[in-house]
Amino acid sequence: MPRVLLIEDDASVRAGIELGLRRRGHDVRTAPTGEAGLAAIGEFHPDLLLLDLMLPGMNGVQVCRRVREAGQLPIIMLTARGDDFDVVVGLEAGADDYIVKPARTEVIEARVRAVLRRIEEPAGRADVEFHGDLAIDRVALNVAKAGQRLSLAPSELKLLLYLSAAPEQVFSRQQLLEQVWEHGYHGDARLVDACVRRLRNKIEDVPASPRYIQTLRGFGYRFGPL
Amino acid sequence: MSHRKARAGLRTRLVLAFLLVAVVSAVSTAVLTYRAARTAILQQAQDTAVSSFRDRAQSLVVQLPVQPSVLQGQLRQMAREGKPHPWVVFAEYGSLRLSSGTRPVSTVITPALRRAALAHPRGSFQRVDEHGRPWLTIAVPTVFRPWPGAAARPTGLTLYAVMPLTDEEASVQAMVTAARDGAVPGLALALVPALLAARSVLRPVRDLRRAARNMGSGRLDTRIQVKGGDELSDLARTFNESAVELERTVGELRDAEARARRFASDVSHELRTPLAGMLAVTEVLDEDAARLAPDTAAAVRLISTETGRLAVLVEDLMEISRFDARAAELNTDEVDVAQVIRKTLAARQWTDPAQVVTDLPDGIRARLDPRRFDVVVANLVANALRHGAPPVRVRLSVTPRTTAPPASPAGAAAAPASVSSAAPVPPAAAARIVVEVADSGPGIPADVLPHIFERFYKADAARRRSQGSGLGLAITLENVHLHGGTVRAANSPEGGAVLTVEIPLRCAEATA
Repeated sequence: MPRVLLIEDDASVRAGIELGLRRRGHDVRTAPTGEAGLAAIGEFHPDLLLLDLMLPGMNGVQVCRRVREAGQLPIIMLTARGDDFDVVVGLEAGADDYIVKPARTEVIEARVRAVLRRIEEPAGRADVEFHGDLAIDRVALNVAKAGQRLSLAPSELKLLLYLSAAPEQVFSRQQLLEQVWEHGYHGDARLVDACVRRLRNKIEDVPASPRYIQTLRGFGYRFGPL
Repeated sequence: MSHRKARAGLRTRLVLAFLLVAVVSAVSTAVLTYRAARTAILQQAQDTAVSSFRDRAQSLVVQLPVQPSVLQGQLRQMAREGKPHPWVVFAEYGSLRLSSGTRPVSTVITPALRRAALAHPRGSFQRVDEHGRPWLTIAVPTVFRPWPGAAARPTGLTLYAVMPLTDEEASVQAMVTAARDGAVPGLALALVPALLAARSVLRPVRDLRRAARNMGSGRLDTRIQVKGGDELSDLARTFNESAVELERTVGELRDAEARARRFASDVSHELRTPLAGMLAVTEVLDEDAARLAPDTAAAVRLISTETGRLAVLVEDLMEISRFDARAAELNTDEVDVAQVIRKTLAARQWTDPAQVVTDLPDGIRARLDPRRFDVVVANLVANALRHGAPPVRVRLSVTPRTTAPPASPAGAAAAPASVSSAAPVPPAAAARIVVEVADSGPGIPADVLPHIFERFYKADAARRRSQGSGLGLAITLENVHLHGGTVRAANSPEGGAVLTVEIPLRCAEATA
């Protein structure tokens, strides 16, 4: 069962979500502040971080950046819809997904599972594929560029694996939200856009004129052609 | 255009008034001067002529009986002594006619003068126009005194002098010409003060108009520069005072409104945090309720259900307060509209054809905010299922141009009763997607129709709490407006309510 670290300043929300997730079999640890949360990561080794954006002291976006710099821990932000600016900033900071509060436990858990789930790989593919300078290992789940291993967030890795599995095929944002993020319907297309931007900054030579992940205005994204 | 006309009118009227005054004064001055001068000139000429002729005539010694040749000589002598001009002298004595000129009888002397000559022994005169030339005619009857000191008696010989007044007439004409030549440049000169006066009136008026327009377009800090102390400056000052007052009042109202909005928003925010905790544990309550005592179980289930509804209500309140604060954002994406609608229906399990019938042609792509559009469609269908009756028909189509929604609410006899939302109307040429949601219920009562998009509007007086938040259609309306579209409600002729949404195919620019 996944180990979830919840950083949330409100005691009742903390208690409620912890109770709900524990009842569903998760191992949950909570922290009331960003600083305490960062400290807890070292000792608890969570599989996933549930992070409230509005925190006293060090805010959620800063925590998100720190975690992203340190590694590939999946991050789901807890936000209130309407704090739109925060959502965008949080996504830019490297969050993989977000949940709008208040949310039922089933919704939270579905998101947690979606972020942790691996992309279904069609059988019979080579372990390592080369696309230009990129080497994508679909078994070990890592990506190298010109021999340098890249540190990708879970959503970035999944998006890259999904797009590169069907080179030159155009996927709409709604398709990507369903396939990569598993949002049942009408997800927020900004999730895709923010993730594409982060991914380009890591894999493209010139992020402004991308070679690997190309935009088709009005339609969506595709991998290549190289 | 009308203001331009009015402005020209004001200037024209002012200038015309000035010119009219100038013309009237010039003409009256000229007429009076002309008459006085003409009278003076002619008077002087005729006085000189009459008195000198009378003197001549009376100093004339006439031999009786009259010797024509002698008298002719005397007449010629008199003619040479004409003052101020030479004159022609005629003499009439019985049937004798003599003159100093070539013709014995003058054509200018009138019978009236002849009669007057007999009546006035001191002499009389008349001005005559002949062939456009003015003449002065003078008649003096000669008299004799039988003895010195006796009363004078007429001799029967009447002397007439005929003198052209051409020079005097020329002087008068010259004066008229001078008056006319002076008046035209005078009028032209009068144009200058007229235009200046018009400008001095029009500039403040124009300033006032511009300021009023600025105020109207919401720049309440507009003020007019006040110069001078005339009525127009008073008007400008009054305008400024009113503007200050208006700005203050509007400012207060805005502050109050902003406070109220912030309060609603803050309340919703504050409610959301405890709800986030409560909603996370409703599942636990639902699961364990079965193991509790019946009353406790019922209470626990009630809390669970109402927590869910409270969460929806708070979320809707947040949404409304964001619309009110104009903080609602449109995150558009290019989507296949039919697909989006199908997903909306599927996500809420409205897939049973007995419940919902669809007519959704594929391939209609539009740029819209999928989440907000989902809310629009879901609210309309939920509303139709809740207040109308299944089956609910959802139809998608494209209209190449705007169809004007009937503006009159309920009551039109032939047309189906309808109410439409006031929204910024996009250009009529813009192609629009049309989503119609029709139910098979009894339709919307006429008194309810105008209000169905209002917040928390309760159709029945009992204020029965509906299953929704009471904000669904209000949010639908706001979401449609955000897309630059319209939504209207009507009753179809076959019965049943029809809610129609129209949204421009390209409601906004790409966000990515």
